[in-house]
Amino acid sequence: MDFQLSREHQLLATTLKDFAENEVRPLARETDEKEAFPVSTVEKMARFGMMGIPFPKDFGGAGGDNLGYIMAVEALSKVCGTTGVILSAHTSLCAAPIYEFGTDEQKRRLLPDLASGKKIGAFGLTEPNAGTDAAGQQTAAVLSGDKYILTGSKIFITNAGYADVYIVFAMTDRSKGTRGISAFIVEKGMPGFSIGKKEEKMGIRGSSTCELIFENVEVPVSNLLGREGGGFGLAMKTLDGGRIGIGAQALGLAQGAIDETVKYVKERKQFGKTIGSFQNTQFQLADMQARTDAARLLVYRAACLKDAKQPYSTEAAMAKLFASETAMAVTTMAVQLHGGYGYTREYPVERMMRDAKITEIYEGTSEVQKMVISAAVLK
Amino acid sequence: MKIIVCIKQVPDTTEVKINPTTGTLIREGVPSIINPDDKSGLEAALVLKEQQGAHVTVLSMGPPQADLALREALAMGADQAILLSDRAFGGADTWATSSTLAAAIRKLEWDLIICGRQAIDGDTAQVGPQIAEHLQVPHVSYVTELQVGEKAIEVKRKFEDGWQRLRVQFPCLITTLKDMNQARYMSMAGIYEAYKREVKVWGLADIDVDQANIGLKGSPTRVKASYTKGTRSAGKVYEVDPRDGARIIVESLKEKFII
Ligand SMILES: Cc1cc2nc3c(=O)[nH]c(=O)nc-3n(C[C@H](O)[C@H](O)[C@H](O)COP(=O)(O)OP(=O)(O)OC[C@H]3O[C@@H](n4cnc5c(N)ncnc54)[C@H](O)[C@@H]3O)c2cc1C
Ligand SMILES: Cc1cc2nc3c(=O)[nH]c(=O)nc-3n(C[C@H](O)[C@H](O)[C@H](O)COP(=O)(O)OP(=O)(O)OC[C@H]3O[C@@H](n4cnc5c(N)ncnc54)[C@H](O)[C@@H]3O)c2cc1C
Repeated sequence: MDFQLSREHQLLATTLKDFAENEVRPLARETDEKEAFPVSTVEKMARFGMMGIPFPKDFGGAGGDNLGYIMAVEALSKVCGTTGVILSAHTSLCAAPIYEFGTDEQKRRLLPDLASGKKIGAFGLTEPNAGTDAAGQQTAAVLSGDKYILTGSKIFITNAGYADVYIVFAMTDRSKGTRGISAFIVEKGMPGFSIGKKEEKMGIRGSSTCELIFENVEVPVSNLLGREGGGFGLAMKTLDGGRIGIGAQALGLAQGAIDETVKYVKERKQFGKTIGSFQNTQFQLADMQARTDAARLLVYRAACLKDAKQPYSTEAAMAKLFASETAMAVTTMAVQLHGGYGYTREYPVERMMRDAKITEIYEGTSEVQKMVISAAVLK
Repeated sequence: MKIIVCIKQVPDTTEVKINPTTGTLIREGVPSIINPDDKSGLEAALVLKEQQGAHVTVLSMGPPQADLALREALAMGADQAILLSDRAFGGADTWATSSTLAAAIRKLEWDLIICGRQAIDGDTAQVGPQIAEHLQVPHVSYVTELQVGEKAIEVKRKFEDGWQRLRVQFPCLITTLKDMNQARYMSMAGIYEAYKREVKVWGLADIDVDQANIGLKGSPTRVKASYTKGTRSAGKVYEVDPRDGARIIVESLKEKFII
């Protein structure tokens, strides 16, 4: 067991930190307040190869690995949770399933643009009546000649509107239940495909979360991802990977809140002393950092297992469960240690607390993670 | 076009802490970076590479740890990296540093050498111009803009109170200012390749240099004394318009018999 980052990952960490500090932090407050998707930041991320870290160079990627990719999500989320989830949804939920389950032709056609960031990706599984129970898909796809005709809608889709490529799930054979669900690659501009209502959210407010509407969208057979009826398994495997990304987002938010708190408690004085000199503050910070480090080990372990091509589904669920609950707890403590100032927009910890909440909900709620983990424990 | 960029690894002074009792820098645990002026010089070279094609070599003299600065340069897009490292080179002052670097440069093909204006730790701004003298080529210091022509380079040279536009023929050396551009980040792909690529390490045996001009023994500089600058008394702040401001300055300078 070796807890050292490799030399490459150390180099990566320094440049990610510089990028986050110089390019992302200055925009984080405005991104949140104006609910503004950070288009220019995503362009910069693309320019230096961040949109395709774990994919081979042949497909336009950086030739890196999942550990490096989730370190990027962590570094971005440390200063801006919105920017972190944009990268996570793009990489884990769109480019990754194309890379892992796509045909050679699909990979050649779609991956280079996704990995280079020319195109952004999204993932549409959730529907108004199919949330945790994702098997209850209403969206339907009917084969007609060399096309599938898609009808239905999705809700809460991250990157919607800004994305060019969407992995969309639909029932191809209702009689088969989960085995009747298939995955499709739907591209921006396909006739009948439109973006619906945009959600107004508590946190990650700069990330776009919208409805997807499909009105007789003709999707060529060549855009079926995986085999017909294999969509549910594909969605679950994709979410296993995505959970490592969300774990990393949570991790970044927790560490970001700690860093802000450390700065604050060294400066703020009450009773003639810095508040950092109170033992309560010190003990709170000790808890915050210990929990965050534990979360980091879980998240990094899951990423390393994926890189080693070993099973990682349970480990990803543990990482996501623990990191997201840590993020919620740590950001709440950070606001508390900032007192009234922490409750205002002047300091970033209130934003971090709002951003942290979603990590316990999307890509499987904490309850779902517990189902996955306990199923493995009781096996 | 072939470009050599000389980069020095320096402690990141933005992260340096001062020992309050001794007043000296605490160097332990301070991260090392590419000297900022040099990094901008490298950026300028990489822009030329993109715009018109160029082969960019980065060269550094330093201990084995300076490898990191060269890996970073490779990850930014440099084509070749050379580390000059040998016990015999240790303890060099600017003369010995520039003699050693010039000897290494003589072994390479090049049209343009780019150095930073000055290193944030040594701060002398001597090494670049000295290399040019060793190699008997023209140099322009304090460059903030450059355009490359067929046989010459056109540069804007910046002073505190003005600037010059100069044309200088290849082969030549320029020293660059950090403000001239914003250096790029290492690319993700570049980072993953950085340790798969080669950093050539050259020792004394690999270059042709007079041993009297290198290392501690070849360093004529003697530090006679060093001291910490005392703090000056706090200034006075006047919130007035420029006209009154000028009058107040002139009066107080007169009061002190400075003018
Ligand atoms: C900002 C945002 C972005 C999102 N991005 C995407 C995206 O890009 N793509 C996508 O497909 N979806 C996305 N989602 C949807 C998200 O994954 C779902 O909201 C989530 O899976 C929960 O589903 P639901 O909202 O329908 O809640 P419900 O399923 O209605 O759950 C409500 C509560 O009941 C609990 N619960 C449900 N079933 C059980 C059970 N069997 N046992 C115990 N407890 C249970 C849940 O844990 C939860 O606490 C996003 C959501 C949000 C808010
Ligand atoms: C008075 C004085 C005494 C000193 N005495 C000693 C001593 O006894 N022992 C000792 O070890 N050091 C000593 N030094 C430090 C040493 O001289 C310098 O660190 C070194 O020679 C480089 O000079 P500089 O840092 O001033 O660089 P500058 O001249 O400011 O650097 C200009 C540019 O030259 C290039 N360059 C400089 N150094 C290198 C390098 N190593 N590799 C590649 N490119 C480079 C870079 O492009 C840099 O931007 C002394 C410095 C001074 C001012």
